[in-house]
Amino acid sequence: MGSFPQPRRLAACAIAASLCAATAAYSLAGPAGEELLRTDNAPGRSGGSLVVALRSEPKTLNPVLAVDISSRDVVRCLTADLIHINRASLQTEPALAKSWNVSSDGLEYTLKLRRGVRFSDGQPFDADDVVFSFEVYLDEKIHAPQRDLLMIGGQPIAVQKLDAETVRFRLARPYAAAERLFDSIAMLPRHLLEGAYHDGKFSEVWPLTASPSQFAGLGPFRIKEYVPGVRIALERNPYYWKEDRAGHRLPYLDQITFLFVASEDAQVIRFESGDTDILSRFSAENFDVLEKDAAARGYHLADLGPGLEYNFLFFNLNNLASKQFPEIASKQAWFQDVRFRRAVSAAIDRESIVRLAYNGRATPLWGPVTPGDKLWIDNELSHPPHSLDRARQLLKSAGFTWTADGALVDPHGSPVEFSILTSSSNAQRTKMATLIQDDLSQLGMNVHVVPIDFRAMVDRLLKTYDYEAAIMGLANGDADPNPQMNVWLSSGSTHLWHPNQEKPATVWEAELDRLMEEQLVTLNYAKRKRLYDRVQEILAEQSPVICLASPNILIGAKNRVADFHPAILDPYALWNIEQLYLQ
Amino acid sequence: MRRARNLWVASLLLAAFHALVLFAGFFAPYHFAAQNRDLAFAPPARLHFFDADGKFHLRPFVYGLKHAPEASSKVAPDFSHPYPVQFFVRGAPYGVAGVFSASMHLFAVAQPARIFLLGTDAYGRDQFSRFLYGGQLSLLAGLLAAGISVVLGIIVGVLAGFYGGWVDEALMRGAELFLALPWLYLLFAVRAVLPLHVSEWQVFLLIMAVIGLIGWTRPARLIRGLVLSGRERNFVLAARGFGASDLYLLRRHVLPQAYPIILTQLALLIPQYILAEVTLTFLGLGVGEPVPSWGSLFSPLQQYHVLASYWWMFLPALILVPVFLAYHVTADAMQERWKSVAL
Repeated sequence: MGSFPQPRRLAACAIAASLCAATAAYSLAGPAGEELLRTDNAPGRSGGSLVVALRSEPKTLNPVLAVDISSRDVVRCLTADLIHINRASLQTEPALAKSWNVSSDGLEYTLKLRRGVRFSDGQPFDADDVVFSFEVYLDEKIHAPQRDLLMIGGQPIAVQKLDAETVRFRLARPYAAAERLFDSIAMLPRHLLEGAYHDGKFSEVWPLTASPSQFAGLGPFRIKEYVPGVRIALERNPYYWKEDRAGHRLPYLDQITFLFVASEDAQVIRFESGDTDILSRFSAENFDVLEKDAAARGYHLADLGPGLEYNFLFFNLNNLASKQFPEIASKQAWFQDVRFRRAVSAAIDRESIVRLAYNGRATPLWGPVTPGDKLWIDNELSHPPHSLDRARQLLKSAGFTWTADGALVDPHGSPVEFSILTSSSNAQRTKMATLIQDDLSQLGMNVHVVPIDFRAMVDRLLKTYDYEAAIMGLANGDADPNPQMNVWLSSGSTHLWHPNQEKPATVWEAELDRLMEEQLVTLNYAKRKRLYDRVQEILAEQSPVICLASPNILIGAKNRVADFHPAILDPYALWNIEQLYLQ
Repeated sequence: MRRARNLWVASLLLAAFHALVLFAGFFAPYHFAAQNRDLAFAPPARLHFFDADGKFHLRPFVYGLKHAPEASSKVAPDFSHPYPVQFFVRGAPYGVAGVFSASMHLFAVAQPARIFLLGTDAYGRDQFSRFLYGGQLSLLAGLLAAGISVVLGIIVGVLAGFYGGWVDEALMRGAELFLALPWLYLLFAVRAVLPLHVSEWQVFLLIMAVIGLIGWTRPARLIRGLVLSGRERNFVLAARGFGASDLYLLRRHVLPQAYPIILTQLALLIPQYILAEVTLTFLGLGVGEPVPSWGSLFSPLQQYHVLASYWWMFLPALILVPVFLAYHVTADAMQERWKSVAL
């Protein structure tokens, strides 16, 4: 270790000088002038192949177009980003950018690229590739899902090449935690894609069926073969830019195979029988089934505690043209009364939801920030216990009464009856709805549970507004409030109870808008936290979303998979794929 | 002789089973929607006759249940106190055939203990009660659907067989067209245009009408064949020669030859249509929570963890085996009888 050449020290100094350098990584120059990223993990064993199941075939291998979970899981192994969020620490760390610094006004980010990095086809990576990649992501015609994130204050991030190893990003206005934006923005090979991009054929680039020689990425693996309907296999990228503590180039694994296994139960059975090495995204019931013979079959299971997913019930608060859905519009008088929403919240027994819908592997929620998001959860938020008495009190104060046989009627004498939509493919949410149905029947409400196809449901929630109430789950994409902007801003497209408002419909929604906009441009964590705490308080007071529970992240892996550190942030299991090895 | 006895046994079994379902409120100890959230997936209750000291009790008793997070099913018996089974007790009120209401139950145990003869489901609801109540929807839908399709089948079959010619052509080609339609997809389409929430009565009528309307083609073909050969018999031709009207001929001479076949068809169609309801509910076209039907009782069996951990969830399906067998024995015996009559 002592005999490393001089440039390494220089590079280390450069990092120390930069403002936001992570401490866990060092850079050094390899034999060919390469600055490999040295990780601090203990050396592992090379070779072997890992098998993982995907719920469906990836739709594409184009990082700019990949939106479905399967495509993203595969693309993640093939590509790399400039600055990365470490899934274990939830902090940013250098990746293709070995260091960066921020101007004092918070508007300019200057990134220093790692020297000597090569794509998986051996071609060098430099600032031109970075500029090209952002040009593509920001192109309106491409419709990249990442584009929204890269628009700050209505302006796209401006990218400028300073020299072959330095790129400068300029924001239109200050943006809190802007370096987190770079996570998962995969760098593209200009030498392979520029032609197609200028010919307007970018959306056809890198389908699943293209031959491996057409691909090149900066990830730990590259494409080996694709067998339609069966599997896609990736092989080790010999040019990968990380090495372990002993100077051994990562990744350790020779191959990783993604099998296409269509249902959760089938995946559980394949894992149980030893066909696959790692299992994620499965239910607590299956966790308990698998746990029984974990020891005998040589795998172990981990319950990582609450993730970032929050499930909630909400009512239709849209401004409905009364002619369109007269029945729903007539019920909105109840939904718009905060006492009604609070009464529903008080009547819901969240403990039984946790116990029956998640076999106890979940956390009851009173706000949208889960205990998994330790930096941002408002610990002062009150957790009013399940109380039918309080619910009745609230309803009474809102003018509701009960008939002789216990049915709840509104001040105009109509019985309270509504239906709750859930996605039929999510057994847990359907269970929650059935439990809530029973809870609310204790208040004299006649509630119907309507499980429908997820797409049909999203269509009703966000396009036609033809629903009364619904149960949904959202998973925050990052342990930071910014990905939630679209949910809490009244103009947001996923402001579920009343999306795309031209101006805030209520005083408290105006307050939410103000707080969210302010936290976005506040660079100080403590100040941002105070603003976001207030957002959580308003949401709890007004209950536009009645939060129910956050499921624990559950992971299974064979005992032979070493250096395995599942995390609560997506991708839960494979985020450190380059460090995994087989014992 | 043996067949005659079989017929008796099968008919008795069927009568008893239908009575059980019809008076579900009386035979079921609990309401179908009553949840016991601490007792989800409780195994079937064990009836004990001997207590801890080995003393025999004529009146069976059960032990209470408690939530036990460490047990694999999360529920364990609490041996501290026995609860004897009581008969003819007043409990939760229920309606009988939608006409009058009552609160007398055949059996129960004192609170806080519970008696779950077939265990409980994911919400701690009594599977036995849900099975009986579920039968009201599934069995009745099956019976009525079989009735509809046989009546339609008779009308079409008789018209086609008796009048022949273009009537026959039109009706039978129409029936073939009907057979060729992709019904399942049409059903999904029909469900999609219906409002999101439909009451259990609407679902009941829908299922019944759909199954009945799809099912008439096979009995119609069969009856057409019978009528076709029946109308050429000498005594029918003779009656026609004496000036008998079509209606008289049909009523008096042709249809009676088909009665045994029609009965057999009914006995065969009923179990088939009960299963059709189960399939439709399984596919999400049935009645919504918390109202049970046999289809909704079976749908948890799609899940691996239920298959792997809770064997009692299969019991309702197993109970249906002798019931369907009884229907088939009845059909078989009736066919045999008809043969001897025809000879």
